[in-house]
Order: sequence, then structure tokens, then C-alpha cells
Amino acid sequence: METLKAQKKEQQKQTTMRITGAEAIIQCLLAEGVDLIYGYPGGAIMPVYDELYKFQDRLTHILTRHEQGATHAAQGYARVTGKVGVAMATSGPGATNLVTGLADAQIDSTPMVCITGQVPRHLLGSDAFQETDIVGISTPVTKWNYQVTKVEEIPEIIAKAFYIAKSGRPGPVLVDITKNAQFDELDFSYEKCTGVRSYKPVPQPDPQAIEQAAELINKAKKPYIVFGQGVILGEAEAELKALVEKAGIPAAWTILGLSAMETDHPLNVGMVGMHGNYGPNVLTNECDVLVAIGMRFDDRVTGDLNTYAKQAKVIHFDIDPAEINKNVKADVAVLGNAKETLGMLLPLINENKHEAWLAEFEKKHQIEYNELIEKDIHPTKEGLTMGEVIEQINQASGQNAVIVSDVGQHQMIACRYAKFKQTKSNITSGGLGTMGFGLPAAIGAKMGAMDREVVAIIGDGGYQMTIQELGVIFQHNVPVKIVVLNNDHLGMVRQWQELFFDRRYASTVMTNPDFVKIAEGYHIQSRRVTERADLKEAVQEMMASKNPYFLEVKVEKEDNVFPMIPSGASVADIRLK
Amino acid sequence: MEKQWYTISVYSENNVGLLNRISGIFLKRHINIEGLNVSKSEIEHVSKFTIVVYTTEDWTRKIVQQIEKQVEVIKAFYHTDDEIIYQESALFKIASHLLFDERQIQNIIKESNSQIVTVNREFFVLAKTGRRHEIDEMHDALEPYGIMQFVRSGRIAVTKATMPITELLTEFQEN
Repeated sequence: METLKAQKKEQQKQTTMRITGAEAIIQCLLAEGVDLIYGYPGGAIMPVYDELYKFQDRLTHILTRHEQGATHAAQGYARVTGKVGVAMATSGPGATNLVTGLADAQIDSTPMVCITGQVPRHLLGSDAFQETDIVGISTPVTKWNYQVTKVEEIPEIIAKAFYIAKSGRPGPVLVDITKNAQFDELDFSYEKCTGVRSYKPVPQPDPQAIEQAAELINKAKKPYIVFGQGVILGEAEAELKALVEKAGIPAAWTILGLSAMETDHPLNVGMVGMHGNYGPNVLTNECDVLVAIGMRFDDRVTGDLNTYAKQAKVIHFDIDPAEINKNVKADVAVLGNAKETLGMLLPLINENKHEAWLAEFEKKHQIEYNELIEKDIHPTKEGLTMGEVIEQINQASGQNAVIVSDVGQHQMIACRYAKFKQTKSNITSGGLGTMGFGLPAAIGAKMGAMDREVVAIIGDGGYQMTIQELGVIFQHNVPVKIVVLNNDHLGMVRQWQELFFDRRYASTVMTNPDFVKIAEGYHIQSRRVTERADLKEAVQEMMASKNPYFLEVKVEKEDNVFPMIPSGASVADIRLK
Repeated sequence: MEKQWYTISVYSENNVGLLNRISGIFLKRHINIEGLNVSKSEIEHVSKFTIVVYTTEDWTRKIVQQIEKQVEVIKAFYHTDDEIIYQESALFKIASHLLFDERQIQNIIKESNSQIVTVNREFFVLAKTGRRHEIDEMHDALEPYGIMQFVRSGRIAVTKATMPITELLTEFQEN
């Protein structure tokens, strides 16, 4: 006890040192446990890069080929590790190139800290070279942001940035630091932030609400759980599984909730939403109690709100009070961290089995399997399908890989068919739908989980939005497996044109370069598959490789993703074809 | 749902950029801010925004939830006009000769309970504090004679009921 006290005292003893603001930034990052950052240097951030050079044995900086790539890599790292991802850029265009990644991290609740250089304080507002109001620009797409103009502010603000990014519902924070503050000196000491007085990140759970929730669940004849990323962010996977098993409730997931529960669990009934599974969508409108856990009733999940689960009592578990009654009215709202609230709920839940209700999901699954799934993953037609590629990856990876997807048809197919045994394994741009997310996010994911296989599934469109990040994979030999599912189209837009715009294929046909040659230009081992006969062996070769590997699969050009809830339609009206 | 006037009160840290963050929440939903006033509050270093909107209660509630979610916002509330005591102020600049040429002007000044702030050879300035419709009425009465300049402030309001914010802020002050 005494030694513990002494140790604590020792830790508390503040040691100050006289250093520059630029070094202080590095010291802050080290104090926050950061050992990896992504970024791109430039004039207004040069003092920090000069310090990065000195500290390169303790802090690895990865030069992405575009600042957007730095944000997505930081996001991939954050999503796979649960830690805060860090990206750095210079002022002006460097800073504006972060905006897409910030918006993506904001809507998908990803903890990220972005540090930008800014012109010196005396030039602010003068339209100086590479001056841009990044604090103004990034306000709507950050959880918090701040412009540091005095060196003394650096430790407190960076501590606050990490605290805000990670706590409560996570999100991106941007700290803009003027060049004078980087050059000036301060007496540096660092104290981690443990609270901001105006900010209550985790609401106190209300035991009464939890009792009401338990009562509804215990009385329910057809209870149904839909879980989202809140389970992963709150590290409530075990509690979710315990609830599902104890109460015998079928559980479905949003695409960001995917991998929070193993895919093959008998009570895991699949995916909700526009391209989700048949049963989970149709039966949303037949359940009597809908238990939403850490999800936000996005329009791609609910379809038409006026016809969404109207028959059901809705219980909404969320950490963010602003999500309650935002889209779907909750009969019982349980605020708090899912790990805590589900933990409190569990002892109040009666053991149960809902076999007849579960059988309805199985029946719907059979319909979907016969109508669609079998043709997707075991096709007999000539052209290759995206689904069979994912199925081969499942087999070769033993369902243990981290799957990073980009945005579009391949993303929906990847989320539908990829199988997972571990949490934090499905990384995709859900809310923002950012094409170009996949390749840089896969780099970050791999660097955050070097002991795991990371497979990036990308379409030919999104791939070319951030293809330059192959340079990072080559330079640092990041052993990411890249699978481009090439249909020579912007497939999802083309699908909508086919279904809703009378096949007027406006700007969705792509004349693509030789992707294998491009990868070879970066000295990445590459292969192209055009025949089914070669697919299995090619995927196995890729998965067996210890190095980065690029696999292009030429898939059917005009395949559609089904099932589909047409935009604005009811979940009950999901189309199988 | 029916649209009506709502007064949103926001207690926050006094930080640069927060106004931008809050106004963005309205902008994103295409809801116009009809009145805005920023001042200090009953607690030192705590700012109070008073924002007036004309929209549905559902939208107002969602906006308040989003405002309250901001890191630097301590608490946000919304009220209907019945629930608050509120005032707005207006200044009217009017040509001085009208005081003598138009007898009705003096009656308007008396009836409207407004004050003459200043008078010189060219113009005089009337100040009026009251509810929006009272200011509107005075404006309509003066308009035929010619108003050189007119400006109205944002709404300021306090609630009729005791606010839980008082306790919360006391706690806050102790921190």
C-alpha cells in the first residue's frame, strides 16, 4: 500500500522542461501512448516534422501520398485497435484534404486526433500563403476543434483533444497550431485530461429504465435485437452475447455492428438495412419488442420511417442522448455505455427460448438462400461474382481476417458474406460512404493489427480515388492483401441507373488501366483472375503470402446487389430481385 | 406538427468558435434563426445564448439535443412564449422636423411608452423595449411618416418556472 502511494506520488511529481512548442507536441503524443502517426509535411508544420525526425525511434511517422489517406489510415488503425488514430497535415490544402476523413470519422464515431499547422499568429486573417480557416471549415465535421496560437496552450489542448476524441461517443478532434506556437518555448509538463466541466461523456444509467426494458423483454413473444457499433465502441460484445443467449433473442446487425458477434452464432440472424438480409428486414415489422443497442436508426437501416417497426415497443440503448427519439421514437430509452447498461440488464432477464420466432428467421433465410445467396456464393453462370470471391476469402482466412471494404456494391457483398469470429474486424465507411476509404484504411488496420491478416476489398472506382497509397504499402512493406473486384463500372450507381433511371448509364462506365501493372510498378506481387477455375488457388496464394499482395478479380460487369430496399420504401417491401 | 415560436436558451463556456458550431446545427437543418442574443449569464464565465426559432416542437427538441451534445455547452433548454418573460429592444431614428410637423408623432411616443434617447437638429432617436408585436405596432405606426433607421435586438428571456440550471450552474461554479 505504502509503495503504491509512493509510486503515485512519484507519478504526480511534475517535471518541467524548457522546450519548443513543436517538441511539446511530440512529448504530448508520446505521453498519450501514441507510437504511430500518419501525415504529410508542409510549410506551416515543418517545426513539428523537424522534431519527428529527432524522435523517429519512438514515434513512427508514415508519409501517406495524400492527406486524405492519412485520415483514413488513422481511422483504420483506430477501428481495429480501439485507440485514437492520429493524422497530421500542414495548413491550407493540407488541412482541407483532411475534411473527408474528419466527416467520415464524425459520422462513424471514430476516435481521431488531427493536428494541422497554421500560418503564424500575426498573419492570421491576412490571406497569407496556405492560410485557410480550417477551424471554421472543420467545425461541422468534428466533435471538437481548437486553434492554438500561444505555445503555453499546447499541453492542455492536446490532452483535451485525446480525452474528447476517445471518451463517450468517440469522434474526430482537430487541433490547429500556428507556426509561432511551434517555434516558441514553454516550461513543459503534461497532465492527462480526465474531464471537461461542460462535457458529460457517459450518461448515468437509470435503473428504472433498465427495469422497464427488462420487463418488456421478459414479456415479449417476438423480441428482436438490432445492434450497431455502440457494442464495439463500448466493448460490450460479451454482454451482448450473454443477453442474446440468455433471453434467446434473434440478433441482427448494422454494417458497423458487424463482427461484434460471431457470424456463425445460431442467434445471429444477419444484416439489417438496404442490402441486408431478407428475414432481418421483413421481420422488423413483425417483432413485438425491438431492442436497438448502440445503433442510430440510419435511413439506410430503416427505410421509410412511417412504416418502420410501428407494431413494436422500441427499447433504445445508446450513449448519446441526441440519438434518442431522433429518428425512431423509443418507448424505453436506456442511456449509458452499453457494457454497463447491458451488464445491469442481464440479471433482470429471464432465461427464454423463442423457437417458433427464430424459425421464422430460418424460413426467411431459406427463401433468401435459394433465391439469391446460393447464386452469389456458388454461382454456376459463366461470369465471376463478388460473392464467390468473399466466400473464398472466408475459407482461406478461416474467418479470422480483418476485412476492410471501400464503398459500393463490393462493400455490400463483403458485409453480407464475410464471416467473422473476432470483434473489430469489419472496417468500412458506413455513414459517409466514402469511396477511397478502403486502401488507406487497410494500411492503418494492418499497422494496428500486425498479427492478423488484413484483406482490403475494393471496387475499381474507389480504388482509383486513393490508389497512390500503394506507395506507402511498397515503401514500408505493409503486408496488406488487396482485392480489387473489377466490373469496369461504378457498380452501385450503375445498378440504380438500371433500376430507377431506365438504364441510362451516365458516367458509370470505366475504362480502366492495367491494375496489375500499376501494382507491379510499386513492386507489389500481383495477379489477375478472370476464370473461376483459378480463383480458389489465387486467393490461397494471396493469403499465404507474407508480403503485400494485389489480386484483381474480373467480375461480372452488370451484376446487381440484392436484396434491396428501394430508397424510401418500407423494410417489409425488400426486393429479392 | 404545428410550427410556433420557440426560445432556446443555451448555457455554455465562453469560447471562440462556439457560435459557429451552434449556428451550424441550424444551418444543417435549414432552419432560420429569427433572433439571437449572446450575453453573460448569472454565473461568471458562463455565456448564455438566447435563440428564437419558428418551427415545430419536434425540430426544436432535436436541435436542442444536438446543441447540448456539443462539448462546450453546459445545458440547453427550449420554451414556448407562454413559459417565459421576454423582451426585445428597438431603436427608431426619425427626422426631427416631424416632431413639429406631425402632431401624431408625439402621441405615438406617449402611447408606445418609448423613450427619446437623443434629439438634435436633424434627427431624434426613440428606444422601445417590449414584446415583438408591440415593437411591430410602433414600427407600423411610425412608418407612414418615414423612419430613417430601424434596428431591433435579439430576444432576451427568463423563465417563469424555476430552472434546474441554477443548481447545475452552482455545482459548475464550485468546480
